[in-house]
Amino acid sequence: MVTLSTLWFLLIGVLLTGFLFLEGFDFGVGALVPFVADSDEERQIAIGTIGPVWDGNEVWLLTAGGAMFAAFPYWYATMFSGFYLALFLVLVCLIVRGVTFEFRNKQHTKKWRNNWDYALSISSLLCAILFPVAFANLIGGTPLDLVNGRLDFVGSFFDLLTPFTLLAGLAGASFMLYHGSVYLALKASGNVATKSIKLGSRLATLTIVLVLAFAGLCAVTKGFGKPVSVGFFAVALLALLGSYFQFKNGKYGAALILNGFVVICAMGALFAGLFPYVMLSSIDASTLSLSIENASSSPYTLKIMTYATLILLPIVLICQIWSFKVFKDRVSAKTVKY
Amino acid sequence: MDLITLARLQFASTTVYHFLFVPLTLGLSFLVAWMQWKYYKTKDKDWDLLTRYFGTLFLINYAVGVVTGIVQEFQFGMNWSNYARFVGDIFGAPLAIEALAAFFLESIFIGLWIFGRDKLSPKLHLATIWVVAIASSLSAYWIIVANSFMQSPLAFTIRDTAYGPRAEMTDFFALISNPHALIQFPHVIFSGYTTGAVFVLAISAINLIGKKPQMVFKKLIKPVAIFGLISIVFAIGAGDMQGKYIAKHQPMKLAAAEGLWETTDKAPLSLFSIIDEENETNPFEINIPYGLSILAFNDPNATVLGINELQAKYENDYGTGNYTPPVTLLFWSFRIMVFSGSFLMLVLFLAAVFTKKLEKHSLFYKLLIVILPLPYLCNSFGWIFAEVGRQPWLVQGILKLEEGVSSAANVTTGTVTTSLIGFVVLYGILAVLDVVLITKFVKMGLVDVKKAVAKESEVHNAW
Repeated sequence: MVTLSTLWFLLIGVLLTGFLFLEGFDFGVGALVPFVADSDEERQIAIGTIGPVWDGNEVWLLTAGGAMFAAFPYWYATMFSGFYLALFLVLVCLIVRGVTFEFRNKQHTKKWRNNWDYALSISSLLCAILFPVAFANLIGGTPLDLVNGRLDFVGSFFDLLTPFTLLAGLAGASFMLYHGSVYLALKASGNVATKSIKLGSRLATLTIVLVLAFAGLCAVTKGFGKPVSVGFFAVALLALLGSYFQFKNGKYGAALILNGFVVICAMGALFAGLFPYVMLSSIDASTLSLSIENASSSPYTLKIMTYATLILLPIVLICQIWSFKVFKDRVSAKTVKY
Repeated sequence: MDLITLARLQFASTTVYHFLFVPLTLGLSFLVAWMQWKYYKTKDKDWDLLTRYFGTLFLINYAVGVVTGIVQEFQFGMNWSNYARFVGDIFGAPLAIEALAAFFLESIFIGLWIFGRDKLSPKLHLATIWVVAIASSLSAYWIIVANSFMQSPLAFTIRDTAYGPRAEMTDFFALISNPHALIQFPHVIFSGYTTGAVFVLAISAINLIGKKPQMVFKKLIKPVAIFGLISIVFAIGAGDMQGKYIAKHQPMKLAAAEGLWETTDKAPLSLFSIIDEENETNPFEINIPYGLSILAFNDPNATVLGINELQAKYENDYGTGNYTPPVTLLFWSFRIMVFSGSFLMLVLFLAAVFTKKLEKHSLFYKLLIVILPLPYLCNSFGWIFAEVGRQPWLVQGILKLEEGVSSAANVTTGTVTTSLIGFVVLYGILAVLDVVLITKFVKMGLVDVKKAVAKESEVHNAW
């Protein structure tokens, strides 16, 4: 029987998938800005592709965080305190990125704008690396132990950085950069689009190599995991190859959708691999891992949250899809007609 | 410093900082929406200019409010993981609903408002800023529901779980209609509207004095002063109700705010006291007779419980320990809020009622400029009063500070100091940039701002 806890485990997965798909290209575009755009006008075009939507995309993260707090308080508590410095870095990067969009154009000097562009690029790249590292740590296992009757992280920041998690971080970041270049190819115009198309091919190749390397590392060090996870992983890889193929043929919309499948399947592999746990312990996976049932809120709270989500999420989706429709055109400087 | 102090300092500094930007967002969003509505109705270009002018200032402020808000959600887990474990079943729900019901709308529609001017019909474009304004006020309700559970917990039961006992929700509708929240919400929201009004008045006044006074701003003074006056009357009214609620439910907070050491009937209200916390006396006081009894119970003869009796009572109920929050800090926080608020009400009253007469004097505009810090003082010290007055409790009567702080091995004084310094430096830089930009745009004046905004981004205008 599917319990409410399991349903919410899936819902957290859905929210994080939405976050990674939407903010994935935000991070990618942000990181790529100095590499695909030279002049101020070009940079405005590149940043302008995500300008109207980045904030709404980021709320997927805030909602996932809030939902985790509400539905799995023990998961939220153990993970957020355990990944302390990593999350601090994430926060700093999100703050720097976020103000860039509003502050960058408010002064007209080249230095001011250049500084913001590099800040945007670096903070976006760090986000693109840090989130996959964090997710990989959930399944890769971290030192969790009972402390005063509570399941707590007992390691240090450096326990989060293993070859497994770092490779996941690089593969994830490379994918988000590719994802960003697909989005730019679809939404930008002129030189920015041309450069993104060129760079996108290379990034796709790099991503495929890194994903294969990651698969190899998993197979060698951890053996093949659950068949479902392996299945999801294989489909993710296929979708990635398909996306690259479409991208090469100039079908950027199709490539973007296939990237969506990549994210869905990658998160599918992660969550199927985690089930029935939310965080694995590297000290003793069978007794010290945090399980869905033990981490979750009471059935009553989960029921309330389910109703709230059923009512509110469709409204959110309608508004967000509408906003993407309003901004469906390619972005160009006002001198360039489209 | 120990871990708890560092974690508290981090929470206090990041929250007070975040709340420098939030009240202006609450108030200014409605005022900008109103200006745009005026333009839509009258087609008078002046209103379009004013909308763009204050819209630009609004966005500079809004950006910092949004990004510092993410920190708020994360740090419950990072620094206060055992608090999160204990109350997550209850506290998480309003946070999640806040994101779903309010943040999404706010952030999607702000994007539509900024970039959609030429993509949407004027009516729809006007609607987007109204959605932003309403959604930001809605978000305030949900966070206040969460906060109210810490101040005045209800509708819960303590249950054992696999990892220790925790508070569990028993009635969602009771939680969201917590009387504490129903009183605190109007207090906070109307303070936000007041902040917006005072901001608009001060900025308008800056534009109305000086070498090239811009008469367009005159249109704002009277209506915005009326809006501000109504807002502050409601804010103070709700604040008064809150005082009476606290007298019943958090008597220690009230006693400490008044520096009332001994239980007193016909208790006076102190205007000024020198407080000696060590000897638990006030060597010097200026009092209004019966004031406190009236404030707390609407009855000049009512008995108000003093700190010493409450301390003894709590030791009896909850075991030995210090249940007295820092009295001097609370006493002065409360007074800074009340004095600034009262003075603001007076100025807003004059500005709203005697606008015509006063407008002739440049002193009037100077007054409108110098009151700008007052709403910020009210907001900040109001929250300091509300939250420090809850000490030593995280959740009043149920969970103490030391039971809520993170216990993960990596959350040490070292890591918390690192992040604290990181936030202080980053927030400091943001504050400087924010002020620099706001000053720049304020100085520019109306027409230049329109030009600057038009030049600002090629893309912006191509959208």
